[in-house]
Amino acid sequence: MEILKLENVVKSYQKHVAVNEVSFDVPKGSIFGLLGPNGAGKTSLIRIITTITRADSGVVYLDGEKLGADHPSQIGYMPEERGLYKKMKVGEQLLYLAQLKGLSKADARNEIFKWFKKFEIEDWWDKKVEELSKGMQQKIQFVSTVVHRPKLLILDEPFSGLDPINTNLIKDEIYNLNQEGTSIIFSTHRMEQVEEICERIVLINKGKNILQGEVKDIKNQFKENLFEIKFDGGAIPTSIGEKYRVMDEKKGRLVIQLDPNADSNELLNDLIQSGVHVTSFIEILPTLNEIFIKQVGGQSDE
Amino acid sequence: MNKLWLIIKREYLTRVRKKSFLLITIGTPLAIALFMVLVAFILNSNKDNLKVGVIDESQTIMALKDTETIDFEMIKNSSLDKLRDNFEESEYDGLVVISDFKSNLTKTDYKFNYYSDKPIGSITKNSIGREIGKKIRNYKVEQSNLDEKTINDLKASVDLKEIAADKEKEKEDGSSTENRSEIATGIGMFLGLFMYFVIFFYGSMIMRSVMEEKTNRIVEVMISSVKPFQLMLGKIIGVSGVGLTQIIIWAIMFTGLSFVIGMIIPVDPSAMEGMNTNSGIDPEDMESMVSSLMDSIFAVNWTGIISVSILFFIGGYFLYSSLFAAVGSAMGDDMGEGQALTIPISIPVVLALYIMIAVVQNPNSSMATWSSFVPFFSPIIVPARMAFDPPLWEIILSLVILAVSAIFFVWLSGRIYRVGILMYGKKITFKELGKWLFYRD
Repeated sequence: MEILKLENVVKSYQKHVAVNEVSFDVPKGSIFGLLGPNGAGKTSLIRIITTITRADSGVVYLDGEKLGADHPSQIGYMPEERGLYKKMKVGEQLLYLAQLKGLSKADARNEIFKWFKKFEIEDWWDKKVEELSKGMQQKIQFVSTVVHRPKLLILDEPFSGLDPINTNLIKDEIYNLNQEGTSIIFSTHRMEQVEEICERIVLINKGKNILQGEVKDIKNQFKENLFEIKFDGGAIPTSIGEKYRVMDEKKGRLVIQLDPNADSNELLNDLIQSGVHVTSFIEILPTLNEIFIKQVGGQSDE
Repeated sequence: MNKLWLIIKREYLTRVRKKSFLLITIGTPLAIALFMVLVAFILNSNKDNLKVGVIDESQTIMALKDTETIDFEMIKNSSLDKLRDNFEESEYDGLVVISDFKSNLTKTDYKFNYYSDKPIGSITKNSIGREIGKKIRNYKVEQSNLDEKTINDLKASVDLKEIAADKEKEKEDGSSTENRSEIATGIGMFLGLFMYFVIFFYGSMIMRSVMEEKTNRIVEVMISSVKPFQLMLGKIIGVSGVGLTQIIIWAIMFTGLSFVIGMIIPVDPSAMEGMNTNSGIDPEDMESMVSSLMDSIFAVNWTGIISVSILFFIGGYFLYSSLFAAVGSAMGDDMGEGQALTIPISIPVVLALYIMIAVVQNPNSSMATWSSFVPFFSPIIVPARMAFDPPLWEIILSLVILAVSAIFFVWLSGRIYRVGILMYGKKITFKELGKWLFYRD
């Protein structure tokens, strides 16, 4: 079952096509990465999902229903550019935002206090937002995003501007929410975070969906059959160099590319046969970063 | 609907609870009241009655009538020289010597001496002079063969009474139409200026607030919960509540304060008297003028004026504040750059003000009629015209045009607003704004 399903979504502004026939599914309960270079159409896509704008054509389903006016209350959205009313008190502000998401006042108050306790910020209720540090404001922003217990959480660069301690704090909360069943869409350029957090991704470039699937499948799809061998001792026998494509050779380290259908055991066998003392033998899988750069290439708009 | 209400409530409460709001709303009437009390106090500061000794060398005056601030005492048993020698010990603040005026009764201007070590103000000086003048005049009347009645009968002063040409209307108006055009001009001018001020003040308040939300980036969070149009409308309605609250508090405070001030400082005719002598009007004439003025003020159809003004206030407020909201949404962080966008809104308001000033002075001109049908002008023009009893059909037509235009411009501004609040770092031109109108959601 999908929490979110996009079918051939198109959105254009004047002559510029921001989103061009994009389709993808976000499985329920997953952490999903929405990737793409600047100007790829991620924000346009997110704005369609959050009902800020409407798609010109195509359909979006949220939890099986066609996206409509009462769905914002089921979505939590943290934009990349954070914003709060600076002059408003923290408590009132959160109450206001929660009530706009459809919570009753009492319900909202309970939920806010729950988060305040979790973050140990119970005494912030009467503070004005402008009195808080950037990091503290981010915590409030996060609480405002999740206070109405959304089914789907959309986080646009959630860790930008956070120090490592707060990054971990928020990361843990994202995992917790995911454990409790919240589906999460995570939009970022930081590929190491995607690799760490996301199970599935979609890669958007120039408004088009160019790649999607599970992270490990994608990695396999883009592997180049590279193997890294570490060994003790001197030179590599010439027979190996003749039989295999050697990509890189350094002291005690060798990178070999096999043919797609070749058996890696054969390589290992040949190495051992020719008297190389192998200490490590691993397949090099491409990082998402490499795949990203390779796919997007020099074609990014910026 | 519920969300709209939440937005209205927040926009209203955050403003009303601000210290600056309390300061301006409560402080302004208090400051004005304090100022009035101060002025009254200064005017009445010579309340310690002046005791003036009168030496009548003409031997004709029995007594002078005391005024609010001056006690006169006729001196019979002493001479000027003696009194001047011991002036400091004497009970008098000043001595006036009425020299013998009987020798030349055709003379009209007299100059008498006043002896004192303290200077007297012009008000007191005029009061003393007027009291003596009355006595001399009485004496002259006695000496002539004329009686007081004959002299009064000789007076001839002409004033114009305005009567509606329409006979039906004349009956309705009744008798108290004196000073009508003056009163109407005053009321019209006041209402027109008030509308002008309100449109600019609250319009720019909304514009700043929209800009703040945009530069704060809260707006993206907001419109992931509510429709941009709801946000804009909620803001406009919330701020209108702030304006109404302010006006109601002012109305109550001014009424209350004027009552309190009236209790503390009874209206002092001598102060008025003093002021009027400069313009040469007798206080008694003044009294009748004031009462006829009051009659005319009461005769004005206040219920009509106020209710029509409120309707035009609402229409004008929605029309202009929605436009200000649209401009605010198009502006970026840099207020200076967007300033040019406010010009097309400011021009009609300022123009309306000048038209209003002309209309009030010439309420039957064709300009008065056509400008009432221009929705950008009518919120200022029509309330100003109300005191002149414009034809009902003009008011209704003008109101309908205004209402339709207000709805149209709120809708139009909403279309610009929804695009503007999400647009960053683009130089905004009018062409661009025009394009936004046709953006799809």
